[in-house]
Amino acid sequence: MKIRTLAAGLLVGALTLTACGKEGSPTDNAGDAGGNGAALPTYTVAQDVTVEGSPTFDKIKGAGKITIGVKDDQPGLGLKNPTTGEFEGFDIEIAKLVAAGLGFDAGQITFTTVDSAAREAAIANGNVDYYVGTYTITDKRKTQVSFAGPYFMAGQDLLVRSDDNSITGPETLKGKKVCSVTGSTPIQRVRDQQLTEPENIVEFQKYSQCVDKLGTKEVDAVTTDDAILKGFAAQEPDTLKVVGKTFSQEPYGIGLPLNDAALRGKVDDLLQAAIDDGTWQQIYDATLGKSGSAATPPTIERY
Amino acid sequence: MDVLLDNMDLYGPFFWTTIKLFLISGVASLIFGTILAGLRVSPVPVLRAIGTTYVTLLRNTPLTLVFVFLVFAYPLLEIIELSYFTAAVVALTLYTSAFICEVVRSGINTVPVGQAEAARALGLTFTQILGQIVLPQALRSVVPPLMSTLIGMLKNTTIAAGFSVTEAGAIRQYLSERGDNQLIGLLWVALGFIILVAILSVIQRSLEKRWSVAR
Amino acid sequence: MSNVLFDIPGPKARVRHRLMAVLGIVVVAAILAYIVYRFIDSGQFTARKWEWLQYAQVQTDLLNALLATLKAFALGAVLALVFGAVFAAGRLSDHAWVRGISTFIVEFFRAIPLLILMFLFYYGGPVVGVSLPPFAAVVLGLTLYNGSVLAEVFRAGIQALPRGQSEAAYALGMRKTQVMTLVLIPQAIRSMLPTIISQLVVLLKDTALGFLVTYPELLYYARYIGSQGAFGRPIVPSTIVVAAIYIALCLLLTALANVVEKRQRRSKKHLDTQPPKTTEDIAGVV
Repeated sequence: MKIRTLAAGLLVGALTLTACGKEGSPTDNAGDAGGNGAALPTYTVAQDVTVEGSPTFDKIKGAGKITIGVKDDQPGLGLKNPTTGEFEGFDIEIAKLVAAGLGFDAGQITFTTVDSAAREAAIANGNVDYYVGTYTITDKRKTQVSFAGPYFMAGQDLLVRSDDNSITGPETLKGKKVCSVTGSTPIQRVRDQQLTEPENIVEFQKYSQCVDKLGTKEVDAVTTDDAILKGFAAQEPDTLKVVGKTFSQEPYGIGLPLNDAALRGKVDDLLQAAIDDGTWQQIYDATLGKSGSAATPPTIERY
Repeated sequence: MDVLLDNMDLYGPFFWTTIKLFLISGVASLIFGTILAGLRVSPVPVLRAIGTTYVTLLRNTPLTLVFVFLVFAYPLLEIIELSYFTAAVVALTLYTSAFICEVVRSGINTVPVGQAEAARALGLTFTQILGQIVLPQALRSVVPPLMSTLIGMLKNTTIAAGFSVTEAGAIRQYLSERGDNQLIGLLWVALGFIILVAILSVIQRSLEKRWSVAR
Repeated sequence: MSNVLFDIPGPKARVRHRLMAVLGIVVVAAILAYIVYRFIDSGQFTARKWEWLQYAQVQTDLLNALLATLKAFALGAVLALVFGAVFAAGRLSDHAWVRGISTFIVEFFRAIPLLILMFLFYYGGPVVGVSLPPFAAVVLGLTLYNGSVLAEVFRAGIQALPRGQSEAAYALGMRKTQVMTLVLIPQAIRSMLPTIISQLVVLLKDTALGFLVTYPELLYYARYIGSQGAFGRPIVPSTIVVAAIYIALCLLLTALANVVEKRQRRSKKHLDTQPPKTTEDIAGVV
């Protein structure tokens, strides 16, 4: 008897929900936030692209589609829109740009989410053809994957409430609660440099949880790469701000298979072209630029 | 081997936090669980209903959700501010005490009926019967299931790692950022837990021997 | 036993009980009212925080997440049962080396936290070149851990059967494997069904740990929706909805267990064995 009522109740509840499913996304009505008119550029798909000596390119040419590893929980950088199911953000646009330069249009791209700790494995195994997702170039990682770029120069920074003027940089963190993702490099740096007391260090699974705690005033600052922070600030420009004093260098690169120098060179060319003709700036203004902070294009380092 | 020695600053303090979490939550959940069991067998129907609802709710919710409620929803209640360690202790206690309640209740059922009948014949009240006659015998006879529940709780402490408690479950994420071999690191963590569980099993066996009852 | 602990209440006791009942209700109602009030006050029940439920894409994704949970549960349950049966038989084997290996494996996997097991498969695997998708890591972890616990359950069930069963089977000329598979294991499963089902409920709840290896199940989706700034970061509402779903699922499973147990009691095939005292000690907690 109890099962039947329970099951019946669930069924009714599920049916009522499905009957009123709304289409579209919440930001549709709001229109372009801030009205700064920045729109995403469209990418012309290159025709007859060849990359000599690149096993990866041959593979994707043969398959007719390209698999790109991305993040899905970083607003402004790599975010999966919950209402449309589409990926959007600065990293996503860069990925699309490169794919178009390689001869693939949007319909041939498959985005797949890869966790930070599994990035090297995913690239090495060929699960993804390349990876664009706040992937910092380090020498240690260069032994397992190769990098094209950097396509963005980020640095560790602080996200604080707009009305909080007491935090102006890393030296003003004493006595303040600082939050980041468990075990991440930014929070390890805070711990090693003793920027704040150990009991004031808060770690969660996701940056969004830190931002939530920032809003309820349970922490005073969220620390990670400024690109990620700008994405969160862009969502709530009235209540959050990025301090703007970076205290580390985090060059973001596109992760490619280790021994594919030809593809690396081609991607570097595509990125350089985008920087030179202003597409890079267009992409930035339409995504992270909405947070109100400016950025300069980086210099590509070829190796 | 290097992974362990290089990262001793992680393994040592983090496992110590795990042990602290386990000891404090263990004692608290034993106490709270016994009280809940008392509620579930009490003569007042309302108290029985409260106990049953609590146990049913918590036994059917994943522990992670209890943590999320306590860490993200509880601060909204603005009662007392809990540190993340305390919040983890409270979450583990609330959750495990539901299971301990069930174990203690089954223990109460194994105590021979004659004991309670004799106690009633002597004129003891409900709380006296429970506190002085039935519970001591019940607890002694359910040492294996109790220990098993506590071992389960020890393993559940790893969930606290996702909620700003620097304990053994968080080691992997630190290692991955430091670029160390995650497989070896994880194997060392597993070894640590095996050692802890072995210690608890030894304690369980010695308690069983001391308190085994011939029925 | 419970009704032996107290007498039928007399007049004074009835008054006292009524007082305690009222007190209990008042306290619980006060706590609940305060919680609801504080939630309303901090805006958890505003339409803004709940509008995410309206969108068709969200509903589809929620359903997909539910299906993913059930998929992992179904496969994990079946594999865990098989694993448990195999290793229970292994532990009861006549050959010492089979016993030794089985005991070692069962004790090893019971001692490691399920979280660490899943991490080992998902993050540790690539180090030795084995790249497992999250689904495989979750199912493997669930199987090994719950399978070990179920092995103990089966073993206790087999040992609780009356000796006459196996003796009669041997007298009929059956060999060891036939005795095990045709006579002992089926009866053991029937008598240990409540414990087995409660372990399966634990398995269902354990799928919730899959989000830590990025397996897109219910809790993963709840965290994802709860982190969406576009919806006002509805952490509390999304958790409430997902908690309700989990509780409903687990209650359904437990209700199923009760139905099966009641039917089994009435069935003639059932042997009236006293469930061994060690049943509860084996069932895991998570």
